[in-house]
Amino acid sequence: MSKVLAITGAGAMSEGMRQINPDVVPAFPITPSTQVIEDFSQFVADGKVDTEMITVESEHSAMSACIGAAAAGGRVMTATSSAGMALMWEMLYIASSMRQPVVMTLINRALSAPINIHADHSDSMGARDAGWIQLYAENNQEAYDNLIMAPKIAEKMDVRLPVMVCMDGFIISHCVQTMQLEDDDKVKKFIGGFESTYPVLDTENPSTWGALDLQDYYIEHKRAQHIAMKNAKDAIKKVSEEFADIFGRKYELFESYRIDDAERVIIAINSVCGEIKEVIDERREAGDKVGLLKIRSFRPFPYEEIAAALERVKIVTVLDRSESMGAYGPLFTEIRTALFDAPEKPMVYNRIFGLGGRELFMSDIHDIFEENKTYLETGKVEKMFDYLKVRGG
Amino acid sequence: MAKAKANQKVHPLEELIRTERLPHIWCSGCGVGTVFSACLAAIQETGIDHKKFSMVSGIGCSGRGAGYVKLDSFHTTHGRSIPFATGIKMANPSLNVIVFSGDGDLFAIGGNHFIHAARRNMDITVICINNFIYGMTGGQVAATTPHMDRSATTPYGNPEMPFNLPLMAYASGATYVARWTMIHSRDLTDSFVEAINHRGFSFIEVLSPCPINYGRRNKIKSLDMLKLFADNTIIKNNADPAELDIDFKKGVVLGKFVDIDKPTPDENYEKVCMMR
Repeated sequence: MSKVLAITGAGAMSEGMRQINPDVVPAFPITPSTQVIEDFSQFVADGKVDTEMITVESEHSAMSACIGAAAAGGRVMTATSSAGMALMWEMLYIASSMRQPVVMTLINRALSAPINIHADHSDSMGARDAGWIQLYAENNQEAYDNLIMAPKIAEKMDVRLPVMVCMDGFIISHCVQTMQLEDDDKVKKFIGGFESTYPVLDTENPSTWGALDLQDYYIEHKRAQHIAMKNAKDAIKKVSEEFADIFGRKYELFESYRIDDAERVIIAINSVCGEIKEVIDERREAGDKVGLLKIRSFRPFPYEEIAAALERVKIVTVLDRSESMGAYGPLFTEIRTALFDAPEKPMVYNRIFGLGGRELFMSDIHDIFEENKTYLETGKVEKMFDYLKVRGG
Repeated sequence: MAKAKANQKVHPLEELIRTERLPHIWCSGCGVGTVFSACLAAIQETGIDHKKFSMVSGIGCSGRGAGYVKLDSFHTTHGRSIPFATGIKMANPSLNVIVFSGDGDLFAIGGNHFIHAARRNMDITVICINNFIYGMTGGQVAATTPHMDRSATTPYGNPEMPFNLPLMAYASGATYVARWTMIHSRDLTDSFVEAINHRGFSFIEVLSPCPINYGRRNKIKSLDMLKLFADNTIIKNNADPAELDIDFKKGVVLGKFVDIDKPTPDENYEKVCMMR
């Protein structure tokens, strides 16, 4: 039976993993993703899943074991955060290049140094070129839904790419919210069985993985990944539609919130979008035409679709919760690229916020809308790039 | 920081503690604080200028040591305290480099670095606080969790076997190896002094309670754990490292097991690689 329950974001992910019932879960604890695996290991111990759980000695080993298990023909999942994923870095590329549809929960947390355990997107944004599909979520419901959809997207035969299901550390992972937990059987039926491609355990048809590939074929393999990532866009749309038919909640590549007649729009990722929506509702009451574009799929990035959604918008503030020192924020870079070919370009500028978990309050979001109002009235973006709420700024 | 007033009582280790960082994060009943203060007492007892010390910590509860000590210190990434320490020592061989870390950091994620630093006989002091569990992340199974003990990730018992750390240190090439528990704080301090003065790779394993994340799951109360440390241990210097498995039912062997002299990497480097 489908039921509404109060649960943390991390708990929601372990429930989703229980329903998916992966063959293998190799994992290593790191704050704030720990609870995902902790709860899941209880399911393993209680016999609620058939999973082989491997408590490995580091994240590098965790992702290595994921790749091995997936190549052997299993459906494989894991979870990590921050430095944990940084230690997986080498293997992230191997997973995507070997086209293993591993699904990983990434609870977004700042990278060291200095050491910090709170939310920002430096981990996943740093891995944006690793060939993983990246889905983001505003709350635990969306994170759970993304997780349920992830194996189906990853395992499509014209995709076969790993998926990272991201949510903000602590703000979502450790806060209890109510959400709809779908019926176990319905979820299992939706996901279906796992179909392996060239499993190494198929001894009748031996296959070799990751062997030396120089000037002769390497670039073709990379292009094949690129094409798979393009296909992933359709796969995400299609799986989201199927999901909506069965479970009722609709998802697109991004969410447009009160954007149709909006003049001023904020573009952001993850939990901050909840607060932005509240502020938009308040301002709309007073007749202010503001909106939000919330990214769900960052890889693949929906350039054309975003450009079309922003067609009538006059000014866009892009909020990045990570830094690319010496460049604009990673989201801003994509948004401006998306807008370059648009016939009517809105004004667009970049703000960095919330690194290492610094909160952005509703009053701060009001300030952003006041600022872009001034920019729009004067027709001039005073500061193209700036930090929000920082000392010495 | 302002000097203490004349009539104010001063903690004997105040010189070595960043008091502005207090209160510390260690739980009540935790042993890390005791090991930390034994380490600071040893630093004082050596009489060596504090400027000639550097402390390196990894990730975990003990990792906070580097933040609380008033020395040049580094809080590194998970498992990498020994490579950091190696770098420091090679760049400035006159420094006494202390690695203050835990079993998870040193022997799971960072295990590779430990065996190679020991093999090279790097002249550093490695203090491992072994609480049998990943304490900070909430009590997951570690490479030191005794067989069949419970943890957050092995709720019905650990199916794997733990490391015998002094045996591994010895087999890898460490030239000073000892084991104590945190209640043997005098022996511990003496051992730290010896280790700091020892030329070569020194390793001290310190058994320590984690009542919250190990004791609670294994039904061992805080005081009972300390009683185990007191009653079910045997001091046996020069014991065979192969017989140092941790089993409190049989009795856990403590003491100094290895103290030998071998050349250190900078001595060898000098001999082999420098132009003559």
